[in-house]
Amino acid sequence: MSSLFDRYFDDSHRTLRTEVARFVAAEIAPYADRWEEDASFDVGLYRKAGAAGVLGPTFPTALGGGGGDVFHGIVAAEELLKGGSTGTVAGLGSLEIALPPILALGDDAQKQRFVPPVLRGEQIAALAITEPGTGSDVAGVRTRAARDGDSYVITGSKTFITSGVRADLVITLARTSEDPHGGLTFFVVERGMPGFTVSKALKKTGWWASDTAELSFDGVRVPLANRIGPEGSGFIALMQNFENERLMLAIQGHALAERALELARAYANEREAFGRKISKFQVIRHKLADMATRTASAKALTYAVAAEMKRGGSVVAEVAMAKNHAAEVAEFVCREAVQVYGGMGYMREAPVERLARDARLLAIGGGTTEIMREIISKTMG
Amino acid sequence: MKVGVCIKSTPDADTRLKVAAGATGIETAGIKWVISDYEKGALEVGVSLKEKLGGECVLYSVGSGDTEKNLRDGLALGGDRAVMVDDAATKGTDALGIAKALAAAIKLDGLDIVLCGRQATDDENSQVPAMVAELLGWPHISFVGAFAIDGTDFVASRNMGGATEKVRGALPVVVTTEDTIATPRYVKLPEIMKAKSKKLEKKNLAALGLSAEAIAPAATFSAYSPPPSRPAGRKLAGDAAAQAKELVRLLREEAKVI
Ligand SMILES: Cc1cc2nc3c(=O)[nH]c(=O)nc-3n(C[C@H](O)[C@H](O)[C@H](O)COP(=O)(O)OP(=O)(O)OC[C@H]3O[C@@H](n4cnc5c(N)ncnc54)[C@H](O)[C@@H]3O)c2cc1C
Repeated sequence: MSSLFDRYFDDSHRTLRTEVARFVAAEIAPYADRWEEDASFDVGLYRKAGAAGVLGPTFPTALGGGGGDVFHGIVAAEELLKGGSTGTVAGLGSLEIALPPILALGDDAQKQRFVPPVLRGEQIAALAITEPGTGSDVAGVRTRAARDGDSYVITGSKTFITSGVRADLVITLARTSEDPHGGLTFFVVERGMPGFTVSKALKKTGWWASDTAELSFDGVRVPLANRIGPEGSGFIALMQNFENERLMLAIQGHALAERALELARAYANEREAFGRKISKFQVIRHKLADMATRTASAKALTYAVAAEMKRGGSVVAEVAMAKNHAAEVAEFVCREAVQVYGGMGYMREAPVERLARDARLLAIGGGTTEIMREIISKTMG
Repeated sequence: MKVGVCIKSTPDADTRLKVAAGATGIETAGIKWVISDYEKGALEVGVSLKEKLGGECVLYSVGSGDTEKNLRDGLALGGDRAVMVDDAATKGTDALGIAKALAAAIKLDGLDIVLCGRQATDDENSQVPAMVAELLGWPHISFVGAFAIDGTDFVASRNMGGATEKVRGALPVVVTTEDTIATPRYVKLPEIMKAKSKKLEKKNLAALGLSAEAIAPAATFSAYSPPPSRPAGRKLAGDAAAQAKELVRLLREEAKVI
């Protein structure tokens, strides 16, 4: 690790990093290529990760989490991504966006019921916001939850839902009144509830090992006990949730870039052209220098934002900047890594080919680059 | 059951060792000091024994490198408390000096079992545990691949390269473990946090009833030198058949391996 970033970490972060790395070397790295090609990782990994304490490093210990700070979360995410399967990390990580609304709005009984089994890896959780008709515009959510006695009846559909195909718990944002923002409420929809089906497993550009679903809610009866928070409390909780999701995507940005850079460096030191190692060409060396510079800049901004989050500061615009910057850097660096690989970089067997596909998500998921710019510019008056 | 585990901080297995300027030792800047796999196995055995039989698992280390961090890591894995021999005079000592310091610290605690790794991954001496046993007047069982307690006895299996030797005896005992004796558990973040407030006592030589003279080394290192660098490889020329022929000739006549 470069000493430039040491200041953010203490021994507890370093020890966690070593332990997660050990888990990744034993349980993810050997299978990463196969899981990506199969477009599915072993479902048993959830339990293994839960047992190893890899899931939910920042969640409260009382609910089975690690009780750590934002940098413990960063350490775990970075190490998991070194395993070589971004899709697997996205799949394991869906709980990081699915559970926070329950923590923020749920009562004690709901927290105890829903959170620990997911952190033990016994249940899979997904967050369902996006719909076929709306994504960026959350106020456009049309999936409806109508109160009927002691329960709600949910009707509508959701799409692009990470872990949606295998999820046991789908934390679903639905409309309980016409108020565009104030009429949104979270519900926990459970696998097996009549009327709830996976209508489609979607094929994607990248993140292959993670399952992504279109979900259908056809009059799904959900008990009152599965409504998270009072009616109308969903939008604000979602906005708070976005901060963490965007930070995690920013981390994924520099982590993918670091991996691509490392791979490109190693390849440039091996591959020969015109009688010498291609790393002897100044063009290639400068390319690597640019990749390293941009990667460091993404990491620096993201860490600075994370430090402010840790301090308790508000970073709505800053985290949007970090995500946009990291997404751009990841796409640039992964693209350049493909370039360093030449024809091999266009082959499915090359790890950088996959990284370049994976990196494309970062400008879209968790709010698009354009939406991030809207958020940033609004704070500029 | 009171179990002690001795831990040495050794350079991470991926470290590229370099001889320091002046040839007085290795270059320590940038080295990541860790608990070696042999000792992690011992640690896992020690913690499991204590969990099963009750009592206490105490960690011991003579300070060097990141000793304190590694003791904290051992506490995170399940150690109850740690004793760190922290005295500048231990710096230039030898295996016997380290053994004297460890044995003195262990004596103060009155243990039933002392577990050590079969060797340190840096100097690979395998001397300290046997010396500790001798100083304590306890038996020493080496290269142990499995270890259990049966009533007031211990039962150890020694790996003898193809055969296994079973040893039974009365406690107390010093045991050196293979890395395969146990797979260390994953240390979870809450345990890492708890370890921060577990007791870690630093003791100097005086506190152990020792002095700098008592652990003065019998021999000192006079110079370090790197191993000779590997000669450059040889490239064979010609078509495939000629290269194969030449390769076979070289393997037979020069390398004498076929
Ligand atoms: C792999 C993957 C995993 C995902 N996982 C989940 C998940 O687990 N849960 C979930 O709920 N969602 C998930 N999503 C959905 C993701 O959050 C949305 O795709 C994203 O927010 C964009 O919404 P949209 O697709 O509807 O795009 P649209 O909103 O239709 O946007 C289309 C284009 O218009 C632009 N645009 C829209 N509004 C504006 C504006 N005001 N100003 C300027 N430009 C604008 C956008 O930037 C974009 O370029 C996932 C998506 C992917 C690809």
